[in-house]
Amino acid sequence: MRGATQAKWAACAVAVALAATACGGGGSSSGGGGADGIVSSSWGDPQNPLEPANTNEVQGGKVLDMIFRGLKRYDPKTGAATNMLAEKIETKDNQNFTITVKDGWTFSNGEKITAKSFVDAWNYGALLKNNQKNAYFFGYIDGYSKVHPESGSARANTLSGLKLVNDKTFTVKLMQKFSLWPDTLGYPAFAPLPRAFFTDHAAWVSKPIGNGPYTIDKYTKGSSMNLRKWDKYPGDDKAQNGGIDLKVYTDNNTAYTDLTAGNLDLVDDVPAAQLKNVKADLGDRYINTPAGIIQTLAFPFYVKKWDTPGGIKVRQGLSMAINRDQITGQIFQKTRTPASDWTSPVLGVDGGFKKGLCGAPCEYNAANAKKLIQEGGGIPGGRLKISYNADTGSHKEWVDAVCNSINKVMGNNKACVGAPVGTFADFRSQVSQQKLTGAWRAGWQMDYPLIQNFLQPVYYTDASSNDGKWSNKQFDGLVDKANAESDKAKAVSTFQDAERVLVAQMPVIPLWYQNGSAGHSDRITNVSLNQFSVPVYEQIKVK
Amino acid sequence: MGRYVIRRLLQMIPVFFGTTLLIFLMVNVMGDPIAGLCGERQCDPATAAQLRSEFGLDKPVWQQYLTYMGNVFTGDFGTAFNGQKVTDLMATAFPITIRLTIVALLFEIVIGISLGVVTGLRRGRPIDTTVLILTLVVISIPTFVTGLLLQLLLGVKWGIIHPSVSSQAPLNELIIPGLVVASVSLAYVTRLTRTSIAENARADYVRTAVAKGLPRRRVIIRHLLRNSLIPVVTFIGTDVGALMGGAIVTERIFNIHGVGYQLYQGILRQNSQTVVGFVTILVLVFLAANLIVDLLYAVLDPRIRYA
Repeated sequence: MRGATQAKWAACAVAVALAATACGGGGSSSGGGGADGIVSSSWGDPQNPLEPANTNEVQGGKVLDMIFRGLKRYDPKTGAATNMLAEKIETKDNQNFTITVKDGWTFSNGEKITAKSFVDAWNYGALLKNNQKNAYFFGYIDGYSKVHPESGSARANTLSGLKLVNDKTFTVKLMQKFSLWPDTLGYPAFAPLPRAFFTDHAAWVSKPIGNGPYTIDKYTKGSSMNLRKWDKYPGDDKAQNGGIDLKVYTDNNTAYTDLTAGNLDLVDDVPAAQLKNVKADLGDRYINTPAGIIQTLAFPFYVKKWDTPGGIKVRQGLSMAINRDQITGQIFQKTRTPASDWTSPVLGVDGGFKKGLCGAPCEYNAANAKKLIQEGGGIPGGRLKISYNADTGSHKEWVDAVCNSINKVMGNNKACVGAPVGTFADFRSQVSQQKLTGAWRAGWQMDYPLIQNFLQPVYYTDASSNDGKWSNKQFDGLVDKANAESDKAKAVSTFQDAERVLVAQMPVIPLWYQNGSAGHSDRITNVSLNQFSVPVYEQIKVK
Repeated sequence: MGRYVIRRLLQMIPVFFGTTLLIFLMVNVMGDPIAGLCGERQCDPATAAQLRSEFGLDKPVWQQYLTYMGNVFTGDFGTAFNGQKVTDLMATAFPITIRLTIVALLFEIVIGISLGVVTGLRRGRPIDTTVLILTLVVISIPTFVTGLLLQLLLGVKWGIIHPSVSSQAPLNELIIPGLVVASVSLAYVTRLTRTSIAENARADYVRTAVAKGLPRRRVIIRHLLRNSLIPVVTFIGTDVGALMGGAIVTERIFNIHGVGYQLYQGILRQNSQTVVGFVTILVLVFLAANLIVDLLYAVLDPRIRYA
């Protein structure tokens, strides 16, 4: 019975295939917003497990912003750090701080929030063996080098600078004076954590419990998260809608299409390709507001030919050769603003943003540009290579445009070329391992709206994000001085003095400030983006 | 037959190891994945080192490969960077993609073969020419164009379908994406069937069958089609693997969280555990599909024997 056996084989294959269909089906589809004031919003799959001190990208940050409140909170409109869970933060010397936690706050599981909730959370975040990618946020606290040494294993389990005084109070000793430090406490890494986080970590990560205006109702990793309003939330920024349904999109173009088809209420990342149509599609439901992001062109100071006295003129010349107005207008459809300093407009004038601080070196001037570059000895190696990652964003378009602009000025269409790198990870590893010998695209997204955050981590000698290894004593000195300043206005102006060193040295070329762009359906109102270009979800109202 | 199957299964072993090793090397060549985990800033060296040892990235590649393969045989495909087990990712992604593939295959088989039979029997007539031109059009338009166009027309303009598939991805939402995935292969199936039918239509055994006075239906289905299907079955069989792996573009357009999506994410994040794991399974699917095709030959044409 040969034929029969063969038929069985075939039948078997079909059965396997059918079984596969049967096991996955079912379940209701939840397109669109639906009843009860639920807002549906686009989302991306968070790269890291959702833990406050382990989330360093915007997608995970979004969720933390909804389910956590820390000691301070940045006003979504002005960016000013105001007390949230902190009753008061006191210091006499800008190095030792006493923090008192407000009464009456609980986690959504009912647990009371005390000073210990913070101390435990911070100790966990700083400890090396917990692999928290934002551990360096605790780096200012005394004892950090013991719990998180540069190499080897930790020599202590807790930060010696953190002391629990009583249920409501704890003290913090910093390694150095840092007057603006309390203002950094609005960052999610400093959020308090409930006991459940430590006792049953796996369960917590699969469904985090926080103390913010929303609680997580359902979390399907990689595809969706349903957040619901927490009725007992004690803060004054209660959610004004019933909840938020986050839906993971593999491609922001699809999210945008879903928005235009009426299946989605909010996208917070309008794809570059759609910027031309967005006004026609959405009208005033399109939002384009400044965010705390600046994009720059960085140089390798670890390569001899870039670290020359003449190099300053070359870099200033290159900066003047870039037609920022034209590129931001044509390629970015005005979702970027030409940069004229090294901070961001979201800081505001009081916070240290100063339009035009860079002056002439950041303004397009073809004649002077060429002259300066030639006086400085020409572009090292005869050609400027700008490396960028080609996988995300529209980096190729603008790098080509920047090169075009430089080539035109130099009268040589090979003076500048783009050098694409396949993936972001590869690009970052080349940058951090100092493999790049030409320029590269760099960007800085602020952690907190402070001028210090735009300067110290990026340009201070050996700072964590000083990838070009630029080093300048005068700059370092001014930053130290600014940090020790107890008067905020004085600190800000000293930071601006440090920024003037950047004008004179041009270690990186500021290109443009990035805006956050979002679009929403006509079902919802009161939509805005905060300075981190994250929607202010709790303020959204449903019609 | 049994011995043939065993021999084929044994042949799969070196193919399996070879392909997985290649993928493993390719992912490793792309550079240090940890560097991408910390965003635009550099990971602090201690945490980076810790992560590297946790994911086994601090060991030489050959050792990583051996450990990986050792784990695979115990059913442990490792952990993705976001803390999820790769097997969990597979459990959510594969059923969705298999559903999509089945929809696509059904389109290929039902529409492709029927069109092929119709045109093959009416060679040179207007219907034949029309279908030939149509298939040419389909073949020459890239899938992402078809996908975006259908999404725009059916999803946004006419509102017949949702532009994006929900995360459960039920069968009815997969019809249009399935058609898009199938489109190019469908055209090939049509053309292959047509040629094969046209060729065999004048064969002796068909003339004999007609002369015996068999009904036309029976002649076409039992005699003509059965013999003409061998090249088509070969094509469809190899296409199963290609459809599953190649749906990346379509899955992105319609927001389907299937294999293509996970592979894309894995490559973007240079997550070797995810990429190698998924490709390993795809390789197995490909091998199995090829084996089934070869076995089906004997069903279609008893003259083909396996010793």
